[in-house]
Amino acid sequence: MGVLLFELSLTFYFAATIASVIELFKGSKATSRFILVFAVAGFVMHTANIVVRYISSGNLPITSLHEASSFYSWCIVLLFFYLEYRYKLDLLGPFTMPIVFILMLSSSVLPREIRPLSPILQSYWLGIHTLLAFVGNAAFAMAFGIGIMYLIQEHNLKSKHLGGLFQRLPSLQILDEVNYKLITLGFPLLTLAIITGALWAESVWGTFWRWDPKEVWSLITWFIYALVLHARLTARWRGRRAAILSIIGFISVIFTFFGVNLLLKSLHVFV
Amino acid sequence: MKILVIGLNHKTADVEVREKIAFNGQKLEEGLLRIRELPGVDEAVILSTCNRVEIYSDVKDPEQASDSIISFLSDFHGIDKGVIKNALYTFSDNDAVIHLFRVASSLDSMVVGEPQILGQIKDAFEFALQKKTTGILLNRLMKKAISVAKRVRTETRIAENAVSISFAAAELARKIFTDLWEMSFMLLGAGEMAELAAKHMMSFGIKEVIVVNRTYERGCELAKEFDGRAARFEDLMKEMVHTDIIICSTGASSYVLKKDDMIRIMKERKQKPVFIIDISVPRNIDPEINDLDNVYLYDIDDLHGVVDANILERKKEAEKADLIIQEEIEGFKKWLNSLDSVPTIVAIREKAEAIKRDELERLTNRFPDLGEKERKAIEYMASAIVNKLIHPPTIALKEDSEDKEILIATIKKLYGINGDEE
Repeated sequence: MGVLLFELSLTFYFAATIASVIELFKGSKATSRFILVFAVAGFVMHTANIVVRYISSGNLPITSLHEASSFYSWCIVLLFFYLEYRYKLDLLGPFTMPIVFILMLSSSVLPREIRPLSPILQSYWLGIHTLLAFVGNAAFAMAFGIGIMYLIQEHNLKSKHLGGLFQRLPSLQILDEVNYKLITLGFPLLTLAIITGALWAESVWGTFWRWDPKEVWSLITWFIYALVLHARLTARWRGRRAAILSIIGFISVIFTFFGVNLLLKSLHVFV
Repeated sequence: MKILVIGLNHKTADVEVREKIAFNGQKLEEGLLRIRELPGVDEAVILSTCNRVEIYSDVKDPEQASDSIISFLSDFHGIDKGVIKNALYTFSDNDAVIHLFRVASSLDSMVVGEPQILGQIKDAFEFALQKKTTGILLNRLMKKAISVAKRVRTETRIAENAVSISFAAAELARKIFTDLWEMSFMLLGAGEMAELAAKHMMSFGIKEVIVVNRTYERGCELAKEFDGRAARFEDLMKEMVHTDIIICSTGASSYVLKKDDMIRIMKERKQKPVFIIDISVPRNIDPEINDLDNVYLYDIDDLHGVVDANILERKKEAEKADLIIQEEIEGFKKWLNSLDSVPTIVAIREKAEAIKRDELERLTNRFPDLGEKERKAIEYMASAIVNKLIHPPTIALKEDSEDKEILIATIKKLYGINGDEE
């Protein structure tokens, strides 16, 4: 049941991604509606999948990389719906759904079995720490997509080649504004995630900080976004520079998420 | 029942011919009524705009009707028949439908994608409706053309790209700033083109207008015109700190704004984006400032480039629109075909009913003693036989088929229906 739901949501996200590619390169007005329909359908299946896994394991399904990656994309889709509703940015879907699909695809190739929860993780911190981290990182993912949109639109305007996506991409001002809002949402959440992580580590290992790769990379990510906000407030790094930084920041997020687990040895083995 | 269009447009006729043949004011009503009364013309609509004059009609014989319409045009407008004939195009049947769909969708316009033509077609149709010069065929045709045009508008981007300089400038501004009414706008120098662009910009709504001119008095005059305020030329740099959009067109022979100035201004603006349009020749603003972050500088050539690209873009969209029209034509053809067979279906049924009536009458005359009950039963049986016999040909006529005309002729012959009594 859970597996079927997962495959279905993956399929719908795939359909949304195909529609996104068509939207970007062909651009018929009808495709943007398809993207949204597929995304909603995928999200419904996805939510059901998460609920099923929650019921069968008894805890928030974020205790393996498979689950975490799937839950992460779920948060991104949720945030995408909110932005779509709140700002109605044209072409936001095509710049979001591929990210969601790639995350879900990575999730689908990772081991899926529900393992018994290790005693270290059996704590109320699990919910708090991970939710903060996931929602924060979802905001960074959206800021990444919007950052790319900004750079494309900025390039269009600067180079004066106004074909292709120019007409359909939103204005620079709104892209910059939403990008900024997303980072001001993500940054405090990431900060709190790191703090709760430290408190949790103290409660199980007796020490707040061990310079574990996961911790180090979270900190690097934190510094990048701190720089985005700092530069914006003091040096007025807005627009292009802010967009580039939010792209670099997201690369760091992804590395913290996958890279550390797959390439480096970390105590944060579970996720 | 055949659709015929006779007309001329900006491609086939010079303005001198177009203005002579146009149906303006009073002429429209008179012309419309007289065309409707021409022999062989059952319905008529006149579309008369500054770029085209077209007469849509429902006629019995397109060739005959087009001759009489052309003669009428020559009489009515007092122009030599030869001159008219050279400028006119004539389409009938399917080609006429395609033509109207293309015109309504603005594919045949001088500026492809311009939206006025649809309104003009609506008006022309409304007027004909009012004067009762249309019937089932043209009503359906015109309504369909309007809906096809709307479909083209929503499914393609044919009308989306600005194709004039001043409109392009306003559109660019809207891709940099979200809400133009929160932006302040500066007119630097005066000039016809700059004023036009300023007017376009203001039609989107602008928070504040500042006019900066070398002669302060002239600036004041212009400011009054735009409902804004004037500033002295010496204060240009100061004013630029809180101006978001600048249209520049001074007669200066050197740059009035250099890169170093702009760097300083941007610092003071806290890097808030600024959009500068320099339409002066020679250019008044150092082109290198376009390299600065958050500064977007367009000169007159850039704007021309934008417009040219947009025209090209519209052409591409026009191809998509043609595909939509082809689709819609199929549907309309089906309806048209079914229309051809309606009179025949009616004729068969009438003939069968008449035979039934006659035979029943004869029967009651011969057997006057028949009871009410028996008479009802016989009548019922007669109706059943008639219905069953005319059912297959009716179905065959309603179906869509290639050789419909042959089918209609055959059925008419088989049932002994005289074809000319439609």
